[in-house]
Amino acid sequence: MVGILEDKDRIFLNLYGLHDWGLEGAKQRGCWNGVKDMLDLGPAWLIDQMKASGLRGRGGAGFGTGLKWSFMPKEVKEGRPHYLVVNADESEPGTCKDREIMRHDPHLLIEGCLIASYAMQAHACYIYIRGEYVREREILEDAIAQAYKAKLIGKNNVHGWDFDLYVHHGGGAYICGEETALLESLEGKKGQPRLKPPFPAGAGLYGCPTTVNNVESIAVVGTILRRGADWFSSFGRPNNTGTKLFCVSGHVNLPCNVEEAMSIPFRQLIEDHCGGIRGGWGNLKAVIPGGSSVAMIPAEQCENLPMDFDALRDLKSGLGTAAVIVMDKDTDLVRAIARLAYFYKHESCGQCTPCREGTGWMWRVMERMVTGEADMKEIDTLLDVASQVEGHTICALGDAAAWPIQGLFRHFRHEVEERIASYRTGRPHVQGATLQAAE
Amino acid sequence: MSVRRLAKDQPATFDFSKDTLKKAQWWIAKYPSHRKQSAVIPILWLIQKQEGWVSEPAIRAVAAMLEMPVIRVLEVATFYTMFQLEPVGAVAHVQLCGTTPCMLRGANDLKAVLKDKIGPVMHRSADGRFSWEEVECLGACCNAPMAAINDYYYEDLTPETLGQILDDFAAGKKPKPGSYAGRKASEPAGKIQTLTDPALYDGSLAKPVKLPNQPAKEPA
Repeated sequence: MVGILEDKDRIFLNLYGLHDWGLEGAKQRGCWNGVKDMLDLGPAWLIDQMKASGLRGRGGAGFGTGLKWSFMPKEVKEGRPHYLVVNADESEPGTCKDREIMRHDPHLLIEGCLIASYAMQAHACYIYIRGEYVREREILEDAIAQAYKAKLIGKNNVHGWDFDLYVHHGGGAYICGEETALLESLEGKKGQPRLKPPFPAGAGLYGCPTTVNNVESIAVVGTILRRGADWFSSFGRPNNTGTKLFCVSGHVNLPCNVEEAMSIPFRQLIEDHCGGIRGGWGNLKAVIPGGSSVAMIPAEQCENLPMDFDALRDLKSGLGTAAVIVMDKDTDLVRAIARLAYFYKHESCGQCTPCREGTGWMWRVMERMVTGEADMKEIDTLLDVASQVEGHTICALGDAAAWPIQGLFRHFRHEVEERIASYRTGRPHVQGATLQAAE
Repeated sequence: MSVRRLAKDQPATFDFSKDTLKKAQWWIAKYPSHRKQSAVIPILWLIQKQEGWVSEPAIRAVAAMLEMPVIRVLEVATFYTMFQLEPVGAVAHVQLCGTTPCMLRGANDLKAVLKDKIGPVMHRSADGRFSWEEVECLGACCNAPMAAINDYYYEDLTPETLGQILDDFAAGKKPKPGSYAGRKASEPAGKIQTLTDPALYDGSLAKPVKLPNQPAKEPA
């Protein structure tokens, strides 16, 4: 057997698109099975089951999904309808799992939307998909049309809960993956995050109670309820339970998406599913374990590392979206992180000064570190600026821009120092001076 | 943040095509009646499909349609980087992903191909048929390196296959989107070891289930 998880315990049965994504195919794989019975047991039971499953949000922050649902007001007030918004604005570098769900298993997502909406007494749900996913949006629209036609959703559907599901798309802004920026964007504005509180559960979309969940968090709901919360929580370590889609990219022999049990050791994940590191295990240099926003981990800490929220947090990194970016010994780590610094500079929404100015500044300094022309003392200045951006902005983009840089210097500061030192070697130190050939 | 400005040369007018108008109405109907503004991004996108880019008269037309101040539409058009504020290649506009996961697998080699075949970044080729730009992560990292050409993703590229795709576009063909390394999607190439159990697909999962953990019935 490869990995830890057995085939019978997988949730995304059409992850690789080898089978029919349509309604018939999905039903054959167990989707939509028993949904009426679930809704008949009532919202309180649904939320309790989700809490018992230990599902933590799959969008990066890892906040308990059941707990998040329970923050919604219990009663729907006149003129303030409840909304569920699904965050399908997948743009964290390294992450490509929601895309596979939407184009290969869209009915799992639609089923989850109905169940989650009922649990929170919402009659309408918006799926905010990133603008670049054109093909995925077309499939999702088709799948929703199938569900309407089969009366699984819509007015007077077979499940007895009037429910409308809409797809909305964005315009290519990373920041719209932040939940309040996403809501702004869905209201037809620039995607600039809102101050919290009020939290979306109090005042979200159009000022009404709203819950924003990641695609993967919603798509697993139906199967968790069918198989039981205790089944789901039997995988992984306590507080880090369930199965998870891992997106492994970079320098592995077989980059792929794979569903695995949480807390799978890193080496097993790579060797069993991804054909090992390019050039063998000894060729591993560093790993970014959870999408570009988390700090990298050097090879020596990876051997028996369980891939879950708590273990990675203890290493001052994070599981994030479980997008594993592997880098071998040929990688120019400084270049790789400088490219991420450019990404954050490009994607800063411009609302808070530390982030708007800081991301650009950090990128420019990183570029000089790449060539080595920076000054040695600029390393500490850079880390000082990074720590002043971190935690001083409305949303977490400022943190996300600082962490990869901090991670680089935590583990590979010597590389940058060597580069700066060797840049000066053999060059005149006086500005403007040139060496003349002695004749 | 990315600073973006409207093009210097703007057309005098903009008219919605019948098809665009119909689709715009379909989008507006998705939102509560007094929240028409929500449709602004999808409608600007429809305009880009119709014209190839978003012009200043088009922004004014959207503002009138959605009863929004023009500045609010202008903000949206300049904030979101998917909107092209200048005309792009009529046959193909290549958006090459250059972020770290693609960079690690050779996106920089692809840049050289694009420079060679099309020219400098964000300049249309001399005949106006091609253009390219480097974009940030497109979310297909397991199929890196990749590029979005017009709307669809071309994945697992090499300098040779990208060159071939561009040649095909130039010859008036429509190259097929997807992986150019023979993969179906993001599976491990040629070595699928999971999801092989036939019992998952024989319909046994569609049989009626009794839900676990049901609350105990209260005694009558």
